[in-house]
Amino acid sequence: MILRLAIASLLARALTVGMTVLAIALSVALFLGVEKVRTGAKASFANTISGTDLIVGARSGSVQLLLYSVFRIGNATNNITWDSYQDIAAQPQVDWIVPISLGDSHRQFRVMGTSPEFFARYKYRQGRSLAMTDGVVMADLFDAVIGADVATTLGYSVGDPIVVAHGLASFTEHKDQPFRISGILEKTGTPVDRTVIVSLEAIEAIHVDWQSGAQIPGQSTPVDVIRQMDLEPKAVTAALIGVKSPLQTFALQRAINEYPEEPLLAVLPGVALQELWAIVGVAETALLGVSAMVVVTALIGMMATIFSSLNERRREMAIFRAMGARPLIIVGLLVLEAMLTAAIGAVLGLSLLYLALFIAQPIVDSAFGLWLPIEAPSLRKLWVLVGVIAAGAIVSFVPALRAYRISLADGMLVRT
Amino acid sequence: MRTTAPILDLTNVRFRWPGQASFGLSVPSFQIARGETVLLLGESGSGKSTLLSLICGTIRPDTGTVVVGETDLSNLTASGRDRFRGDHIGVIFQQFNLLPFGTVADNILLPLRFAPKRRARAKDPLKTAAELCSTLRLPASLLSAKAATLSVGQQQRVAVARALIGQPPIVIADEPTSSLDADSQAAFLDLLFKQVTKNGSSLLMVSHDHRLGDWFDRVVRMDDIATIERHAS
Repeated sequence: MILRLAIASLLARALTVGMTVLAIALSVALFLGVEKVRTGAKASFANTISGTDLIVGARSGSVQLLLYSVFRIGNATNNITWDSYQDIAAQPQVDWIVPISLGDSHRQFRVMGTSPEFFARYKYRQGRSLAMTDGVVMADLFDAVIGADVATTLGYSVGDPIVVAHGLASFTEHKDQPFRISGILEKTGTPVDRTVIVSLEAIEAIHVDWQSGAQIPGQSTPVDVIRQMDLEPKAVTAALIGVKSPLQTFALQRAINEYPEEPLLAVLPGVALQELWAIVGVAETALLGVSAMVVVTALIGMMATIFSSLNERRREMAIFRAMGARPLIIVGLLVLEAMLTAAIGAVLGLSLLYLALFIAQPIVDSAFGLWLPIEAPSLRKLWVLVGVIAAGAIVSFVPALRAYRISLADGMLVRT
Repeated sequence: MRTTAPILDLTNVRFRWPGQASFGLSVPSFQIARGETVLLLGESGSGKSTLLSLICGTIRPDTGTVVVGETDLSNLTASGRDRFRGDHIGVIFQQFNLLPFGTVADNILLPLRFAPKRRARAKDPLKTAAELCSTLRLPASLLSAKAATLSVGQQQRVAVARALIGQPPIVIADEPTSSLDADSQAAFLDLLFKQVTKNGSSLLMVSHDHRLGDWFDRVVRMDDIATIERHAS
C-alpha cells in the first residue's frame, strides 16, 4: 500500500518527476554510451591486428615499432637489411613472414610496399581477412591497392592512375612511374583503410633513379628497362611473422632480439597494443569520469526537486503522522520515492542506449570502423544501474533528513 | 456505555515549546469519560493545538501525566506514542484531511497500515470501509476515486470514515466543520454523532463556534481548563 501510495504521489507530480526522470535517463544513457564506445574502441583497437605472432623491426621501442608498422604513425629509425630478413624467414619456427616497406606517401596517405601474402595473412577483428570491394590484388609491378578511406577521400576508382610522392609531406614525386589502381579494399576500421598498398618490388622500382633520398639529376630510367631489372630490395622497414606453434613465439622473439648481425626488435602485437592503450586509454577514462559527473549532477537535481517539494508536502506528512506513522516512515517514503525515480530513470536510460545503438550502430561502423555490438546488458552495466539507484537513495537522505525534522516539529498539525 | 474510568485524563500538565520561552501551557486537570462527547471552545492562540498535540502524543509534557485509556503516554517512547495514536485515536482535521493522490479507500485504510491492533479490530478492512462509506452516504463507487476529485463535504465525510475505522476509543476533531456551509455542517455533525455513538467512541471536538454546543454532552472553554503563560521577551 505504501509503495502504491508512493507511486501515486509521484504520478500526481508527473511533470516535475518526469523532468527529473528524463535528466537521470539522459545522464545514464550518456554514461553507458561512453562506456560502450570506450569498450568498443578498446576492442577495436586490440583487434587492429590479429593472427600475427610477432612484429619485427629495427631496434627501438615496442610502442614505436607498433605505431609505425601497424598504425602508420611516426617513422622507423632504421631498416632491416634484406639479408637479416632472409635469415629470419629461414628460421625453423617461422610459418610465414610478410615484409613491410614504408617511407613514401600519396597525398595524406602512406604507401606501403609488401608481398601479396599480406592480403592473406593480415587479420583484424578476431581473424577477419581483408576483402576487395572492387578490383583485384595487384598483378602488375605498377599496380596499387587502396584502402577504403583513400578511395572515398580522394574519389578514386579501379583503373585510376596515381603518383606516389617521395617521403611523407613531400613535393618530390615519383612522376616517372605512375601507378594504376587495381583494387579497393573493404572498410576495416584499421589503419589499412588509410593505406596505399603496392608490391615490395614497386618500392624498389620507383627508387631506381634515387640516391640518398634525392633523385639523381637528369637520370630517368625508362619503365620497360626497370621491368627488366632485378628489383630485389636491399632493406625493408618491418615484418609480420606467424609462427608454426604458439609455444615457439618466445623462443623466436629471443632469437631475433639477440640477433648478432644487426640490432633488431621483435614484439608481441597484443602486448604492445596494451602498452599503447595504457597511454591513449587515459583520455577515455577521463571521458568516463566526466559522464559519471553528469549522472551525479542529475541526481543532485533530483535532490533539489525533493527539497523544493518539501514545503508543499507538509500537510501530507502531517496526515501520515496523525495516522500513527513515525517520522522515520516519512524518511522512508521520501527515500523510496527517490529510488523509484532513479530506477525509472536508470531503466529508461538503458532503453535510450539500446535505441541509440540500433540507430547508430551501422553509421558508426561505416564512418569510424567502430563496431558496437548490441548485446544483453552486462553484469557491469546492471551494477551501474544499481549504483545509480543506490546513489539516488543516498542523495535523497539529505532532504529526507530535513523532512524528518519538519515532521518532528509539525507533528500532526502544520504550524505555519 | 460509560464506565467510571475516563478515556482521557490530564493531570498537572505543563508544556513549553522548546526554544520558545515566551509561550507555555499548563492544564491542571481535564478528563473525558468513555463515550462522552465534549466541545472545547477556544479562540486561536488559546493553546488548543498544543493541547491536541499533547493528547495525541506528538509532543510530551514537561511535567504531569496524559493518560489515554489505561496508558500513560509519558511512559512510551516517541515511536511507541506514534503507534499508540494510530491504534487508539481517530483524527479529523479542519480541512485537507486526505492524501489527494490516493484513492478514497487508500485514505480510509491508511491508519490501519500503522496500527496493528486497530487493523485487527477492523477485521475485513475493505468491507468495513465500504460499510462506513454507505452509512456516511458516500456512494460505493467513490471508494476507487482519487480523493482530490471529491467535494469538500465528501472529503470531510471520508475523514470521518477514516477516523472511525477500526473503532478507536477516542476521536479528536479539530474544527472539522469550519470549511463547510451551515447546511452541510448540520448534516456532517448528524452523521458524525451517529457513527461515534454507534462505535461507542468518545469525541473531543475543538471549535471556536459556541453554537455547536447543543450537540454535545459537555461544553468546555479553553480558559477554564488551561492557563497560558506568556512572558514578554
